[in-house]
Amino acid sequence: MKYAYYPGCSLEVSSAAYDVSVRAVAELLMIDLVELDDWNCCGATEYFSQDELTACSVIARNLALVEPRLDQLIAPCAACYLNLKKTDRLMAEDAVLGARVNECLAAGGLSYQPGRVRVRHLLDVIHDDLGEAAIRDKVVRPLAGLRVAPYYGCQVVRPAADADSSEYPMKMDALFTWLGAEVVHYPVKAHCCGGHMTQLSESMAFELIRRLLQSAVESEADLILCMCPMCQLNMDAYQSRVNGFFQTNFRVPVVFFTQVCGLALGLEPARLGFGKEIVPAMPVLEAKLGAAPAASSR
Amino acid sequence: MSDNPTFEPKILGFCCNWCSYRAADLAGTARIKYPTNVRIIRVMCSGRIDPTFVLNAFALGADAVMIAGCHPGECHYVDQNYKAMRRYGMLKHTLRQMGIEEGRFRLVWASAAEGQQLAEAITQMVDEVRKLGPLAWAANWQENGQRLEALEAIVHEHAEAMEVLA
Amino acid sequence: MAERLGIYVCHCGSNIAGTVDVEEVARWAGTTIRDVVVSRDYKFMCSSLGQQMIEDDIGQQKLSRVVVAACSPHLHEKTFRRACANAELNPYLCQMVNLREHCSWVSTDKVAATAKAKALVYAAAERVKWQEPLEPMPVKVNPNTLVVGGGIAGIQATLELADAGYHVYLVERSPSIGGHMAQFDKTFPTLDCSACILTPKMSEVGQHENVTLLTYSELEEVSGSVGSFKVKIRKKARYVDEAACTGCGICMEKCPRRVIDHDFEAGLGYRKAIYTPFPQAVPRIPVIDVASCIWFDRGKCRACEKLCPTNAIALDQEDKIIELEVGNVILATGWQLFDSRKLPQFGCGRLPNVFTNMEFERLCNAAGPTNGKIVLRDGKTEPESVAILHCIGSRDVNHHEYCSAVCCMAALKFGHLVLEKTKAQVYSFYIDMRPNQKGYEEFYQRLLEEGMHFVRGKVAEVTDATRLPAERGKLIVQVEDTLLGRQRRIPVDMVVLMGAMEPQPDAKELGLKCGISCSMAGWYTERHPKLDPVATMTDGIFIAGVCQGPKDIPASVVQGAAAAARVQGMIAKGTVMIEPIVASINEDACSGCRICNNLCPFNAIEFDGEKKVSRVITALCKGCGTCVAACPAGVITGAHFNNRQILAEIGGALWDASPVLDDAPAGADEPADEEAESALSAG
Repeated sequence: MKYAYYPGCSLEVSSAAYDVSVRAVAELLMIDLVELDDWNCCGATEYFSQDELTACSVIARNLALVEPRLDQLIAPCAACYLNLKKTDRLMAEDAVLGARVNECLAAGGLSYQPGRVRVRHLLDVIHDDLGEAAIRDKVVRPLAGLRVAPYYGCQVVRPAADADSSEYPMKMDALFTWLGAEVVHYPVKAHCCGGHMTQLSESMAFELIRRLLQSAVESEADLILCMCPMCQLNMDAYQSRVNGFFQTNFRVPVVFFTQVCGLALGLEPARLGFGKEIVPAMPVLEAKLGAAPAASSR
Repeated sequence: MSDNPTFEPKILGFCCNWCSYRAADLAGTARIKYPTNVRIIRVMCSGRIDPTFVLNAFALGADAVMIAGCHPGECHYVDQNYKAMRRYGMLKHTLRQMGIEEGRFRLVWASAAEGQQLAEAITQMVDEVRKLGPLAWAANWQENGQRLEALEAIVHEHAEAMEVLA
Repeated sequence: MAERLGIYVCHCGSNIAGTVDVEEVARWAGTTIRDVVVSRDYKFMCSSLGQQMIEDDIGQQKLSRVVVAACSPHLHEKTFRRACANAELNPYLCQMVNLREHCSWVSTDKVAATAKAKALVYAAAERVKWQEPLEPMPVKVNPNTLVVGGGIAGIQATLELADAGYHVYLVERSPSIGGHMAQFDKTFPTLDCSACILTPKMSEVGQHENVTLLTYSELEEVSGSVGSFKVKIRKKARYVDEAACTGCGICMEKCPRRVIDHDFEAGLGYRKAIYTPFPQAVPRIPVIDVASCIWFDRGKCRACEKLCPTNAIALDQEDKIIELEVGNVILATGWQLFDSRKLPQFGCGRLPNVFTNMEFERLCNAAGPTNGKIVLRDGKTEPESVAILHCIGSRDVNHHEYCSAVCCMAALKFGHLVLEKTKAQVYSFYIDMRPNQKGYEEFYQRLLEEGMHFVRGKVAEVTDATRLPAERGKLIVQVEDTLLGRQRRIPVDMVVLMGAMEPQPDAKELGLKCGISCSMAGWYTERHPKLDPVATMTDGIFIAGVCQGPKDIPASVVQGAAAAARVQGMIAKGTVMIEPIVASINEDACSGCRICNNLCPFNAIEFDGEKKVSRVITALCKGCGTCVAACPAGVITGAHFNNRQILAEIGGALWDASPVLDDAPAGADEPADEEAESALSAG
C-alpha cells in the first residue's frame, strides 16, 4: 500500500531516530512511503498562534502537494499530524476560509479540495490497516519480558478522536502486545508532557514530565514509548533537569515506538536510531532481550 | 435556469400517514421553520401513490413533486414503501424522457421522529427547484417543436425495455 | 346536484392566526371556491362552541360537506367527525386541513403562509366533494390481552386486567418475572425494601387464575389488528418439566457447574448451570443454561436428572411455538443498563474498585453476593470513602442526550446506604440535582443533613495515577468544582458510576413486529407525548414503563395501570370500530391478472379460482392502497383515498399554478365528458 509521507522538520534533525525507524519499519511492513516533494514546515504551534489564514495556507500547501493517485498522508510527528488534519477540517467546515486558502495556493500554482487527503498517523495505519494477524506474522524477535509504557501524548488523540480514543487510547498497547511485549498499566498515557512549557514555565513543565516518569517507574516499566518528537524530547532530554528540580533519580529510557517495533520485526538497533537518545536504551534492551539480533535477511 | 428573482416554486408533496406526515407534524410542533413551497397531500402509505398522481401534478403546473415515506424496513404496512421505490425509479426514467430535470422529483424517507430531517430535505429541494426555475416543458416543446419527438422517444424506450434479452 | 360545502378556518388562538390571515382565507374561500355555501373563521374550532357552529350550519344550511382548516387531523379528526355525526352528516364527509403543524408553525412569512393555507384549503375542498359516506366497521374485541415484559409495569398491567376478570398472557424473556426492580436493594425515597414490595405482586401474578404466565419466552410474531391479534410466542426450552417440578431446588444445590451470574448479580456473584435467577423467582421452576451445562457441552453429568425427586428434568425438551389470539397487546419491555466501559476515562472494567450502579445495588442487597456488606472488589475491605458519579452516559452528546430521570435519586439512595452501613465519607459528583417528584426534594435535604458531600461538576477522570503520597492506593476523582471554581482531586476508595438507562437492544425490532416505531433515542413512540403516553399510533398496541422513556417505579406502575385501563375500556365496550379505509375490487372489471395478489403483506387479497377474479378480504385489509395504485386496469378502489379524491386534491392544491397543457386533465373541476368520467371512475 502506498501512502504519501510527511516527515516534518523535527524528524529531519532532532528526532532523526524517529524518521529512520519509521522508514525502516514501513519498508519491512511493505508500507510504501512516498515522501512529499518540497514539503514545508507545518509551523508547530507557532503559525496558528499568529494568523489562521496564513497558517492554513502554508500547511495546506503540503496537502496540495500530495500526488493525485495517493489519498492518504502519514505524518509521524504529532504536531504535524494535528496541523495537517486541523487545516483540512477547517477548510471543509468553513467554505469562505477554504476558498481564500485556495486563492493563496493558486498563487503558487496549487489547489487543495478539503477532504481529498486523509491524514493518518503511522500507529493507526499499522493497527487498523495491517492488523493483528499481519503483525504477529512478521514478528521475528518477540519482545518477551520487555515491560513498555505506551505514551500517546495529547495531539494525536485530541481534539479529534479518529486515530484512537481521546480518553484512553489503546492502539499502541495492542500493537506491543502483538509484538510480545508486556504492556504495563500506564494511566497517564494521554496526559500532557508539557509541550512548549519547557520554554515558558519550566517548573510547570517539569512537574508534568515528572508525573509521566513517576508513573512509569511505579509500573516498573523498562522504557517509555513515544509517538511525538516533542514528548520524547521533553521526557528524555529534560530528564536530568527534572531530577535536579525534584531531587529524584529517574533513569527511564524514552524512545520512539517505531524503534522498539523495529526490534521485534528483526531489525538491528543501529538501523533504528538507537544511541541517539540521551538516557541510553541499549543497556535495558540488552538486559531484557539479550544480545542484539544478527542482521536480518529480510 | 431561472432568471426570475422572485420565482417561488409550487411543489406538491405526498406524505404517508404513519411516518412522514407525522414527521411534518413534529417539525411543526417543534416550530422548525422551512419554506412554504411544499403543499402536502396525505395518503395512508407511500405505496398508494399511483404514477398518474405525479404526472397529473406536473401537468397541472407543479414545479416539482416530492414523495415522503417510511424508511425501508419500517413501513407501517411492512414493505409497501419498496413498491413506492420501484415506481419512483420508473417515474424518474419517464420524466427524464419528457425533459423534466432530476431535481424536480424526489423521494425522501422520514420516520415519525425525523421532523428536523424532513424540514431540511424540503429546504434543500426548494432551493434546488428555485434555481431550476419554473417548469415550462410544454412551452419549450411548443417553441422548438420537439413534443412529438419526445413522445415518440418514450414509446420507443418502453418498447425496448419490454424486450426480454435471450 | 352540486354539493354544499361549509368551510371553517380556525384561529387556534394565535397559533394559526398569528401567521396565517385566517379571516382572509375564510373570505377568499367563500368567494373563490365553487359550491361553498358557508365560510367562517373562528377562534377555537375544537371548542364546544366551534363544534356547535358546524352542527348548526349543517342543519340550517343543509351542508353536505364540511372542511375544517385547523390543526393536524391526528389531533382532532375524531372531534369534527363526531360533530358531523351529531348533525346527522356522515363523518367521512368531513375533511381537515393542517394549517397549524404544516403551515403556521413552520413559517414566519405571513404572505407565503397565507398563500399556502389557501392552496391547502382549496385542495381539501376539491377532495371533499368526491368523498363518500362510509360506515366504520365493528370488530369484536377479544377479551384476552398479551402483556410483553414482566417487570413492574407489566406486572401492574397484568394484575389490573386479571383482577377485573379478564385473561392475560404475560410473556417474559428471562426465567422469572420481576425485572430490574428485583435486583434493587431499597427504593427511594421511602427506602422500602424493593423485593418486599415487589414479591407479593409477583406471587399474585404467579397464582392468579386469570393469568397464563409464559416465562423464558419471546414474542415472535404479531398479525391481525385491534380486537383480534394473532400472536406467536416462542417458549424456550427450560429442560425442566414444569408440571412435575416442585421448586425444591435440589438440582441447583447439587449441580457441579458454577458460573458467574452476569445478569441478576451483575457479574458479582455466581449461579449454577441449572438455576433460578433469584430465590423468590416466579415461577420457581429452574432453567438449564445450555452454554454452561456440562451435559450439553460434553455429554456428561446429568446430576440434576439423577437427583430430581419428581423426575422433572427433561434434557430432550425443545422450544415450543404457542399461538394465541388476543384483543390487545401491552409492551412493557423495560430497559438495559448503559455499558460504562464506553467511557474509559472512568475506569469501568479496568480499575477494580469502580462499580456500576447495578453492581452497587447487588452489593447493598442483603441477599446479594456480599450479604449486603458494602465492600471493595476484594470482597472484604470496607471503603473509607465512596464517590458517586452522576450522568454516566446520560446528558452526553456522545452517547445519550436524554436524562435518565432516576439516577440522582438513586445516587442519594446509595449515599444514604453507605452512610448507614459504613463509616465512609460519600461524595456525589453531579451536573444538576433532579429530585422532582413527591418526597424527593425532602430526601435530598435529608442526605444533606446526614452529611453527604455534594460537588457540582462532571468528573473528568477517575485514575490511580497518584501525585502526592496521601493519594497512594486510592482512586483519584479529578473534577472541576464549579461552585468553588477550582479543580479538585479527591482520593476515594470506591467509585460508583450512575450509568444511563437505555432501550433494550432489540426494542426497535420488537416494535416493528407490532407495527410501532421508536423515537430517535430508541424509546417507543407514544400517540401523544403529553396527552396519550400509553397508546401508540397502532390501535390495540400499548406501551408502559421505561420502554416509553426513562422513569421511576411509581411512574412505571401508573403507566402499566393506564394501559390496562385502556384495554379494559375496549373489552367492556365489546366492539371497536375500525376505520373503513379498505380496498375493494370491481369483480366485473377484474381480468384476473393477479398482480395485486402478491403485493399485499397481510394476505388480504384472495383469488377466486372459479370466477377467475381477485377479491379483497375486508377484515384483513389495512388500507395501505398499494394494490389500488398497482392495478393495471384500475379496478381496485381505495375507500376514502380513491383516485378521484386524490386527483381532485392535487388539482385544488395547485389552483394557483399554471397548467402546462391546454388540455390539462380535469383536476379542479368535474369531468367534462363521459369518457373522462369513466377513465376516472375506477380507482
